Amino acid sequence: MAKIEVKVCLGTTCFVMGGSNLQELNDIIPQRYGDKVEVSGSNCLNLCSIHWEYSKAPYVKVDEEVVTEATVEKVLEVIDRKLGNN
Amino acid sequence: MNNAGQAIHIKKEILVRIIKAFLSDDFEEQTRLIPYAMRPKGMEVPYRCCVYKERAIIKDRVIAGLGFPIEEDDETVSLAKYAKKAIERKEIDEKNLTVLQAACKGCATNRIYVTDLCQGCVARSCQTACKFGAISMVNGKSVIDDSKCKKCKMCVNACPYNAIVKITVPCEDSCPVGAIKKDETGFASIDADKCINCGRCTAACPFGAVHEKSQIIDILKAIKSNKKVIAMIAPSIAGQFPGNIYQLKSAIIAAGFDDVYEVAQGADITANNEAKEFTERMAESKEKQSEWINEWVNEGGYGENPEAGEEKTVQHFMTTSCCAGYNQLIKKHLPEIKPFVSDTGTPLYYTAQIVNKEFPDAITVFVSPCVAKRAEGFENPNVDYVMNYEELGALFVAKKIQITEMEESKYVKESSKQARNFGFSGGVAESVKASLRDESAVKPFVINGLNKESIRQLKKFATTGECEGGCNLIEVMCCEGGCIGGNATMNNQKTAKKLIDQLAANSQDIEKI
Repeated sequence: MAKIEVKVCLGTTCFVMGGSNLQELNDIIPQRYGDKVEVSGSNCLNLCSIHWEYSKAPYVKVDEEVVTEATVEKVLEVIDRKLGNN
Repeated sequence: MNNAGQAIHIKKEILVRIIKAFLSDDFEEQTRLIPYAMRPKGMEVPYRCCVYKERAIIKDRVIAGLGFPIEEDDETVSLAKYAKKAIERKEIDEKNLTVLQAACKGCATNRIYVTDLCQGCVARSCQTACKFGAISMVNGKSVIDDSKCKKCKMCVNACPYNAIVKITVPCEDSCPVGAIKKDETGFASIDADKCINCGRCTAACPFGAVHEKSQIIDILKAIKSNKKVIAMIAPSIAGQFPGNIYQLKSAIIAAGFDDVYEVAQGADITANNEAKEFTERMAESKEKQSEWINEWVNEGGYGENPEAGEEKTVQHFMTTSCCAGYNQLIKKHLPEIKPFVSDTGTPLYYTAQIVNKEFPDAITVFVSPCVAKRAEGFENPNVDYVMNYEELGALFVAKKIQITEMEESKYVKESSKQARNFGFSGGVAESVKASLRDESAVKPFVINGLNKESIRQLKKFATTGECEGGCNLIEVMCCEGGCIGGNATMNNQKTAKKLIDQLAANSQDIEKI
């Protein structure tokens, strides 16, 4: 089973619009999922340049799925769903 | 303060749009269009009854973002006009907070309320518990007479069915000094004579109804002029943005500033001066005490107890003086503690002095975690403007500046580890301690956040002249957690602290006095 890859955008827009709180994922994900999920910070994912602009920031990518207005809970929900499907 | 939530998101988005409008070819028109851009025709209405009300409320928020009081808007003036007025404005307003009263409508007044869960029981514990005779039985159910009710919550606690609730008004509950109130018309308003500018209400209101009046336009105007504009960044900023503070310096310069100073540089001076003052004050109090005891012994131990009459003049403790919210509290609510407060200047005071000496013609902008520092900036002639972290963040977003991709720039002077730790609770007392050769002389007592309870505590210390447990240095932080808990912070405290710790670990120790 391939690892799920979580990328937290650390671009300025995401960080300012609430992404700072997502750094908690760095602690929560390894604790909860062990090595099934890998979380990393990323330079700007360029998602704020698409039509939503900053209004849907912060963004997180879980594999290819884009989580808009991301919160810790929202990201964990997507991971849980993906793990359930696998 | 946890600033998560949609209300904060909207406030930041509005700031970004205002800045973008300023940077565009037509500031007035672009400002006028902000409510329409955010709530375009046909859009699903996210919060309120209709798109028109949404836009009206966004308009009010833009007014605050342009630096004007929302309360005085009579709805006839267009945002384009406000934008023009902001450009023409020469002076900033002393009052820092403004309330979007249209948003208050959704919030019930503060009262104790008997819900349908009331069983009309035989015990009537609520009636017995009420000391003010406010509860009577009507049709077999408890009813509260609001004119007699003192909101003590005794009945709430007494009801075995949890049928009685206190309806809270979050802004009122968050205010440590009772300065914000919903009046009889149901609108909240702030009593400026009581307000200590702690900013709790801005973060507490679930409707995001309390706004800081932004000076962002004045700052952008200064940047656009040919004057030198210098940013002074508070120590707590190290935990607020991605990247490190050296990259942050480059980012701030990329945003249009000419130079950046760490306010931690001034914090080093504050810590040293406060340590000196502490030593002097404690020595003086010891001397006074032994003088009196000697006098008493010389008189054969007769007469009055030597301390009884003049007890208040012996000071067994000193309090710190760097928190702007605390300084406002002293001025407006706690004058009795003034003699115990250190006369040392704040880190901002010394930093602004240094910058002003170096560049007398420059415009200085303090980058702040809270609204209280706006009051301090207003009173300090060396500080021209104050910009909070959210506003700086919005400026980065509007200018598409990626901090993590910036080169590092050095500061004129590297600050110490202790100075860089000023931004969280306990950090200031620690820095005073570390400034002394005999660190054991300091017994710190930390007030981590001003609230009704801690204000009572301070009042008691001031009256008795003594602090709890023989402590002699009281550090007062208005916000819980310290400046990292300021109302305009963006990061949660845990991660903010981690980032500051990383920076502090690589900084030198403070110089001893």
